[in-house]
Amino acid sequence: MGIAAEALKDFKGFNPKKLPEVEPLSPGHRACQGCGEILALRQVLKALGENVIVASATGCMEIVTSPFPQTAWRVPWIHVAFENAAAVISGVESAYKALNRKGKIQQPDVVFLAYGGDGGTADIGLQALSGALERGHNFIYVCLDNEAYMNTGIQRSSSTPYGAMTTTSPPGKKSIGQRTWKKNVAYIAAAHGIPYVATASPAFALDLMNKVKKAAAIPGPAYLHIYSPCPTGWRHETDLAIEVARLAVQTKVFPLYEVIDGKWILSRKVAKPKPVSEYFKVQRRFRHLTEKDVEEIQRRVDEEYEELLRRCAMSGEPEKPESKEAREG
Amino acid sequence: MGKRVGMEVSIAAAEVVGLCDVDVIAAYPITPQTHIVEHLSELVAEGHLDAEFVPVESEHSAMSTCVGAAAAGARTFTSTSSQGYALMAEICYIASSLRLPIVMAVANRALSAPINIWNDHSDMMMARDTGWIQTVAENGQEVVDLLLHAYRVAEDPRVLLPVMVNLDGFTLTHMIEPIWLPDKEEVERYLPPYKPQLRLDPRNPMTFGPVGMPEVYTEAKKAQDEAMNGALPVIVEAWKEFEKHFGRAYQPVETYKTDGAEILLLTVGSVSETAMTAVDKMRSEGKQVGLVRLRLWRPFPAKELVDVLKQAKAVAVVDRAMAFSTRSGPLCVEVKAALYDHGVSPYVQNFIAGLGGRDVTVEDFEKMAAKTSEGLAKGLPMGYEIVNVRE
Repeated sequence: MGIAAEALKDFKGFNPKKLPEVEPLSPGHRACQGCGEILALRQVLKALGENVIVASATGCMEIVTSPFPQTAWRVPWIHVAFENAAAVISGVESAYKALNRKGKIQQPDVVFLAYGGDGGTADIGLQALSGALERGHNFIYVCLDNEAYMNTGIQRSSSTPYGAMTTTSPPGKKSIGQRTWKKNVAYIAAAHGIPYVATASPAFALDLMNKVKKAAAIPGPAYLHIYSPCPTGWRHETDLAIEVARLAVQTKVFPLYEVIDGKWILSRKVAKPKPVSEYFKVQRRFRHLTEKDVEEIQRRVDEEYEELLRRCAMSGEPEKPESKEAREG
Repeated sequence: MGKRVGMEVSIAAAEVVGLCDVDVIAAYPITPQTHIVEHLSELVAEGHLDAEFVPVESEHSAMSTCVGAAAAGARTFTSTSSQGYALMAEICYIASSLRLPIVMAVANRALSAPINIWNDHSDMMMARDTGWIQTVAENGQEVVDLLLHAYRVAEDPRVLLPVMVNLDGFTLTHMIEPIWLPDKEEVERYLPPYKPQLRLDPRNPMTFGPVGMPEVYTEAKKAQDEAMNGALPVIVEAWKEFEKHFGRAYQPVETYKTDGAEILLLTVGSVSETAMTAVDKMRSEGKQVGLVRLRLWRPFPAKELVDVLKQAKAVAVVDRAMAFSTRSGPLCVEVKAALYDHGVSPYVQNFIAGLGGRDVTVEDFEKMAAKTSEGLAKGLPMGYEIVNVRE
């Protein structure tokens, strides 16, 4: 039995009728109306509780929660720079390890969380993240992926999807918008051979919180890639973040899965997938795309989903039927 | 009792850091490496030092890890040089702004390009405005002493600033010297256990590193400046205590044969010992030349420096880094400003020497003194020159 499987053998998920009441990330922060990212972060913190130390990369979630002299953080939180949240949490975790071992403190059960946006994870922070994963620190890294540099004004990142409009990938006579396919950081994290990798979505809150709980229960590094709709940057209505997040899963654009001890497990099979056009049409960042463009994207989304199914099949894990929760979100 | 050993200076530096009971060491080997962190990893591997050795993937992450560890309440250490320093510089500003008492040894070396791994003070001077306390060693014994002093100063609740101990790359780091190493008990008597004022602790949640809007940023920087200025008397006090414990005395500005000197050489780092030999020679020839050595680069001891320099008619400032287009080295810029502020105006000649590992010899110092003397006598314009440059 692998490290993660061993740690999860008596795992009990959250009871949807009795979710934790604790709110380590308090209301009153300055996130945009309808922000899907802060909602995802709130779910992460609710799942972790209060015995946690958080390291934040520079980005929306840092700016909106910490305008001195106010703070939205009811748990210890540190922000240092853009690219180094994983290195900072490495230091925090190492300090606790050393101080506990040397008898200078008696706090063995603290959970260590680092988070960053897609820019702070897939681009500028990738090196620090890879280093921390490889060294095996006992921490959770959460990428809150809103698919561009939203905090600085919607510039493209390597996590921006193909065809999307951003301020540095504008569509034009000679441009489709973003020219490159989205970098798959969850796959990169899995390639480090760490005990736990998962994708999650705030539209599937219980699934997200259970994955966070698993990540905390497993010793060693865990990586969660969380899809985080951004009404401001994606140009969708502010009451649609959860709907957009749900559509991303239902269209196979953002499949939910886990990699436990290297075994790939689909969280839920999308039995009757919707076409990607349904996902695109509610976001104005895609509205310049032609039918032909959408067809091409649909083809690649299908291919990638098939490839993910093959990984899961090779892991020998039975596919879970689509749950009621998955259908309803 | 401590012991007198023949030891490579880098190994001795690691030994004394080990004696300081550090909790977390984060280090990256390139560019370029010394034996300091290698030996620390050996001490950890052999169980002589109970610490987490974090072999990070870059110097940037080395400082980031130290920041995280220090914020969590650990005593931390790292070491770097030149390019590595340049890479971590972003986080060095943050370490001092967060008031974290990290100690770092910097094996001073030249910055690229052209790539050059040898000694000069480019990295030290680049670190000038990062808000770190900076001391400078002239020999191996001083490296050991200043590292011990660094923790005592950094962790003093009146200071809470990171400290950089500068030691010349190769000239010191790779030399075997006779060094007096203290024992554990002696270190413990001088250096109390680290008691963090604030730390990342779920039982008492704190927000570290928040956003500083224009309404608060200026005040934050002023507070930091006051902390830096306020550190000076604590640094001196910790050296006085050091003298009581170990018998060796240090001051922000130190002198050698300055009595009655008409011309003063001003140096930083290991070239000072060569300069002493030059002063001995010139004094034996009846020349009124003395030497002033800057021990403390930050906080800049302007008054202490002026008090010494004002006795002389002329000063030869020896810089070991460039400050392009200012017609001066970085040290001389500040020396001149300090003199002007205090209404003192000796003749000042600036010499940039020993770049990228080029030797600075006794004869070089004699030439510098002679040129300064000639400039003073003939009333030549004050200026600067790069010593021994091939045109």
